[in-house]
Amino acid sequence: MDRFSWTSGLLELGETLVVQQRGVRLCDGEEKVKFDMGVLLLSTHRLIWRDQKNHECCIAVPLSQIVFIEEQAAGIGKSAKIVVHLHPAASNKEPGPFQSSKYSYIKLSFKEHGEIEFYRRLSEEITQRRWENMPTGQTIQVNKDPQAFEDLSKLMEKAKEMVELSKSIANKIKEKQGDITEDETIRFKSYLLSMGIANPVTRETHGSGTHYHMQLAKQLAGMLQTPLEERGGIMSLTEVYCLVNRARGLELLSPEDLVNACKMLESLKLPLRLRIFDSGVMVIELQSHNEEEMVASALETVSEKGSLTADEFAKLVGMSVLLAKERLLLAEKMGHLCRDDSVEGLRFYPNLFLTQS
Amino acid sequence: MHRRGVGAGAIAKKKLAEMSKQLDMFKTNLEEFASKHKQEIRKNPEFRVQFQDMCATIGVDPLASGKGFWSEMLGVGDFYYELGVQIVEVCLALKHRNGGLIMLEELHQQVLKGRGKFAQDVSQDDLLRAIKKLKVLGSGFGIIPVGGTYLIQSVPAELNMDHTVVLQLAEKKGYVTVSEIRSSLKWETERAKQVLEHLLKEGMAWLDTQAEGEAQYWLPALFTELYAQEITPEEAKEAIP
Repeated sequence: MDRFSWTSGLLELGETLVVQQRGVRLCDGEEKVKFDMGVLLLSTHRLIWRDQKNHECCIAVPLSQIVFIEEQAAGIGKSAKIVVHLHPAASNKEPGPFQSSKYSYIKLSFKEHGEIEFYRRLSEEITQRRWENMPTGQTIQVNKDPQAFEDLSKLMEKAKEMVELSKSIANKIKEKQGDITEDETIRFKSYLLSMGIANPVTRETHGSGTHYHMQLAKQLAGMLQTPLEERGGIMSLTEVYCLVNRARGLELLSPEDLVNACKMLESLKLPLRLRIFDSGVMVIELQSHNEEEMVASALETVSEKGSLTADEFAKLVGMSVLLAKERLLLAEKMGHLCRDDSVEGLRFYPNLFLTQS
Repeated sequence: MHRRGVGAGAIAKKKLAEMSKQLDMFKTNLEEFASKHKQEIRKNPEFRVQFQDMCATIGVDPLASGKGFWSEMLGVGDFYYELGVQIVEVCLALKHRNGGLIMLEELHQQVLKGRGKFAQDVSQDDLLRAIKKLKVLGSGFGIIPVGGTYLIQSVPAELNMDHTVVLQLAEKKGYVTVSEIRSSLKWETERAKQVLEHLLKEGMAWLDTQAEGEAQYWLPALFTELYAQEITPEEAKEAIP
């Protein structure tokens, strides 16, 4: 334990946190010491331990001091441990809690589990020796593969030229002096899409849509018909994202691709539409779906039960909690339900003021 | 009277044609880069960070579209979009435990478990980038800085600066009391109580009235004992649409 130094616990420039674990005790070799309950942090450079009861008490040892590590399985009444064998302390080491120790190793005792993950991470860090590439206090990073970095830099130079060119074209279009045809505008947008450059053109046709998004919209209409019918005609955009991407397996859609395609559904007169609730939650509905009608049946359900929370309603009706909540909120907005907002949760009641007036 | 073919319109058309040519050249450059370094990007989280940072510096978003060159040729798209799906699933499965708040470390561990032994290494930086993209889907994904790391929000609950600051205060011990908020943040009791009640209502905090002294408000997202716990089959069912 004499390898440790006092520290503020703050990470230095260039030092990154890798993993942390609460409930760890430190032992000096076989002997217990006063550091019996703390948070153990692993960074790219150090092992840091901070007392859970007294945050001022914080010590650290550089990873470069580690010779090797071992795991000790948990036993009856004993937590899993990691044994860390250390080099002798450097003579210029910063002051720490112990001047000397008869052991050349310490034990980390994981009283609240987490040993397996921590061991894995610690092994990685000791093997990768990232502290050598990132001398703390400096901002320069030395790359392990200089060729890859150089190639990357050259590529980025070229990409930057593309960005500059696209900016000047966008300016010309914005000025509205051009005979730019709609087709050419769409072509330009698809160039931006390929490069991943944000669309700066404010004069929009079909939103940020390109031919790609139009095709995608049509595909989605085909793909989502049945799943939507199976789910009562409505799905959150996040559900759609997961469903579609799991089905594709490869060449996945980005969240933005999905949103941009869905924005075109209505103008392409497809049988689905995008709807955005007041809360910001985005859903896809069948055109035939009428959420306001669903509200009427929701009111019946709530009346039957007296009152319901979003969770309870979701379970009863077989909907996701997210959409169940939106339906109840809409019902409230329409005046059919009122809320009781307590610490036990948000509960909805039929609005008797409306029905019994 | 304007003469057609002269002026900003003609210049724009010329530049458009030039861009088309340059795009083809860039595509070739990228293909060459990919043939040499595609594996490096997929295997090396640090190289990914460098790649992403450089893209951001020049104003390019390699993850904007699956149809982008970066996605198609470097395969970065599939990596992050799939990660997005995994993140959504883990958050959905655990939502009933933590109210839709989860520490980045716990999310990381659960995602790694789900990916299995032979999947590529995924870093916390990768998770954060995937989450930033998920925000656009409108289901409430958010990133809250606390104590040197991050809490990930996955429900559309409104969390303003007051809530965030209390979460940061609670991060040290996993719980917080009204007295602590009053003394650390110098707030009135009423303000502290409002924030805590909001967290209780959202299921992000649990109330322990039996604690010695005064009531403690615990954040399940901050319980380390739950970190290693497996997602149960019931929870996994919640995760799949």
